[in-house]
Amino acid sequence: MHPLYERLKHLFPLDEVTEQRPDLLFVTLPREHLRSLLLHLRDIEGFSHLVLLTAVDWIEEGQFQLTYLLHNRPKAQDIGVRIKLARDSATMESIHTLWPTAATYQRELREMFGIDFPGSPGVEEDFILEGWIDLPPYRRDFDTKKFSDENYNHRPGRETHDPAEYMKQQLYPNGL
Amino acid sequence: MGIFDADRSQYPTPGPDGSLDIDLTSGKYLKLWQGPNHPGITGNMSLELIVCGDEVVKGTTHVGYLHRGFEKLMERRTFIQCFPIVCRICVPEPDFNEYCYAAAVEELAGIQAPERANWIRTLILEMGRINSYLMYLGGQAGAFGLGVIAQWTTYVRDLMLDRFEELSGARIYHMFILPGGVRDGLPDGFEQRMEETLREIEETLQQVYDVMFCNAVFKKRAVGLGYVDPAWIEPYGITGPVARAAGVANDVRKDQPYLVYPELDFEPVIGHDSDLYTRADVRRRDLLLSVDLIRQILAGMPSDGPLMAEIPSVLHWRIPRGETYIRGECSRGEYGYYLVTDGSGYPRRVNVRGPSYTHAVALFERLVVNVNISDVAALLVSLHTYPPEIER
Amino acid sequence: MQSKDFSKAELQKRTVTGPDGVEFEVDPMRDYFCEAPPTVMPPAYIKIVEDLFNWARAESIWILGFGTGCGAIEMRPLMTPRFDAYRYGIQWRPTPRQANLFVISGYLSVKTLKRAIRSYEQMQNPKYVVGLGSCTINGGMYWDSYNTIKRLDDYLPVDLYITGCMPRPEALLQGFMDLKKVIRAGNAEGANRYAENFAWYKANQKQIIHDWDMPEYSW
Repeated sequence: MHPLYERLKHLFPLDEVTEQRPDLLFVTLPREHLRSLLLHLRDIEGFSHLVLLTAVDWIEEGQFQLTYLLHNRPKAQDIGVRIKLARDSATMESIHTLWPTAATYQRELREMFGIDFPGSPGVEEDFILEGWIDLPPYRRDFDTKKFSDENYNHRPGRETHDPAEYMKQQLYPNGL
Repeated sequence: MGIFDADRSQYPTPGPDGSLDIDLTSGKYLKLWQGPNHPGITGNMSLELIVCGDEVVKGTTHVGYLHRGFEKLMERRTFIQCFPIVCRICVPEPDFNEYCYAAAVEELAGIQAPERANWIRTLILEMGRINSYLMYLGGQAGAFGLGVIAQWTTYVRDLMLDRFEELSGARIYHMFILPGGVRDGLPDGFEQRMEETLREIEETLQQVYDVMFCNAVFKKRAVGLGYVDPAWIEPYGITGPVARAAGVANDVRKDQPYLVYPELDFEPVIGHDSDLYTRADVRRRDLLLSVDLIRQILAGMPSDGPLMAEIPSVLHWRIPRGETYIRGECSRGEYGYYLVTDGSGYPRRVNVRGPSYTHAVALFERLVVNVNISDVAALLVSLHTYPPEIER
Repeated sequence: MQSKDFSKAELQKRTVTGPDGVEFEVDPMRDYFCEAPPTVMPPAYIKIVEDLFNWARAESIWILGFGTGCGAIEMRPLMTPRFDAYRYGIQWRPTPRQANLFVISGYLSVKTLKRAIRSYEQMQNPKYVVGLGSCTINGGMYWDSYNTIKRLDDYLPVDLYITGCMPRPEALLQGFMDLKKVIRAGNAEGANRYAENFAWYKANQKQIIHDWDMPEYSW
């Protein structure tokens, strides 16, 4: 296994580990250990650059996955920390005290996924959307096509084809 | 900034948590909006500035004017249908979106792009970098009133767009790097015409150097303005030329070489003063580095070989569950794609990490404090922010 | 859909104390704007005079420098000697008060649409709107996006569309030439259409701008 994982597994209860590339490792962690793992990675392992913080909506499993991607520049190594949250009333601890720039990511996540980060500066304010009235748009159960059809006036004349069906029609007009 | 002898007794004192108590009704402060409809703003975004006299005491960035919901739209498009829309995320330098998206899909689908395609990809990325820097130089000079520099750089940028046009058929959105390889090889005589363009760029850059970088007025305003402390680089996630101007050789092309960068001979450009002037100078020298890299690429490129790897039928292309992150060094810093797949024919989640995201919001709000209003536009330009990659 | 409260404190009527200690009432939505709706501007009484006006209008197209979308990137080459739009009397102005052509350069998100409406209403008559790119015509690439409008002519009176994604500078120049023809023929009546169908335009705008916190007509 990856040497970084060998060092971490004695200290933290890591669940699922994926070694995507030699320089990119993903680990899953129970949420209550997040802060201590991030601090350990930042201060002891040298992962001092927060590349991104984003969420993935696994609606079938009723979970949000938060991904904290950290980078260690001298060693050219990345680690992604995955946290699973229950989808309903999702709340997570804020990490803006570790990286001030995380506040922006958390503001966006709150707006686009509805994941709350209490205590993060400005997290209540609108970031991208203005006057939004529907579900947070990046959730899987928000249907952008339906919203667009209901809200906006479309100019008639647009045709939509299913690519597979359309190609079949074009290539084999008389049936297979 | 030392020329202002401001009376600090009027300014608000920060509280214990660093927040300012600004009473707008007291008449001491004025709230000004800069943008979205304002000449001194980079694209469609806006700044909410609270000023005391002519110095900014608090600045807030407002974005979202260009939000199209790309990350949502890509979730309902097949992998190949995503390819034409990704380039529209960042207008002045669209090729990085294509490369990062293509590389992420290739990695998760287990496809290896052919050698020659990698050379052409590197060429395109470097050409895009030159475009982006030329646009920056024009904007930076324009923010200080040197309008003629923008005329020159836009002219040479047009020459580079001509090269793009003969390569891909389009000026702005090239849609050239698709998952599996590139669309086409180089046209006949491309190397020679490229060499002419590069010479013209070098000549123009020399003139830009003489008129802009040796200009006493430009120096007087730019030196010392917008100092980025090297200690902020990691907390604020600063990458690219802004970090390199602070003395940190932060360059993905060297740190985690991708494509054919391991075979090219170059050293990251560094500056040390970390002010606006140094950032402009780092970008100018980086531009010359790109010119050199293009010469190396054209000299080392294999003349024949396949351009596309075998990819599955795009109609039934499914990618097993997985996630990855691909990064590249664009003209503003680290550009990255985080792609999650779930075994279906559509991406589960795509997240675009643009360098402007951290530079224009968290870093800029910190830098703008105590800056004179007339320098705000130049300061924003010096971070080289492109709003569409912040809000996607 | 739940309804939200979008009222903002800074837009409420309130009493403030000025720097000189005098108290006065401020109602931002009424005090800072003229409420009178736009009126139709009739043509000159004699046709030859109107033709002269139209010729003059066609030869001095001043564009509002508001890059609302990605099409703004092709505006920059137009300002330089290679394409040089200035030779046709076209130039860019920083403020709506000095401009008479509003180029909607690409898709409009709802947030930008609000600013675009205000910028348009602040422009002086006669004024024209050009929609640039496929996304102003039918949504283009973003036909299923939740945040961009699909038909610009529902919200602003468009005089001319330039197709393409994105249109080349030559296409823009050709579009401006065509706009000149439309103006000289006296058919660029967008501002009058806006005044005549003011209620219809406002209803369309309010249908998608859910946090309407602007005056009806921000003159």
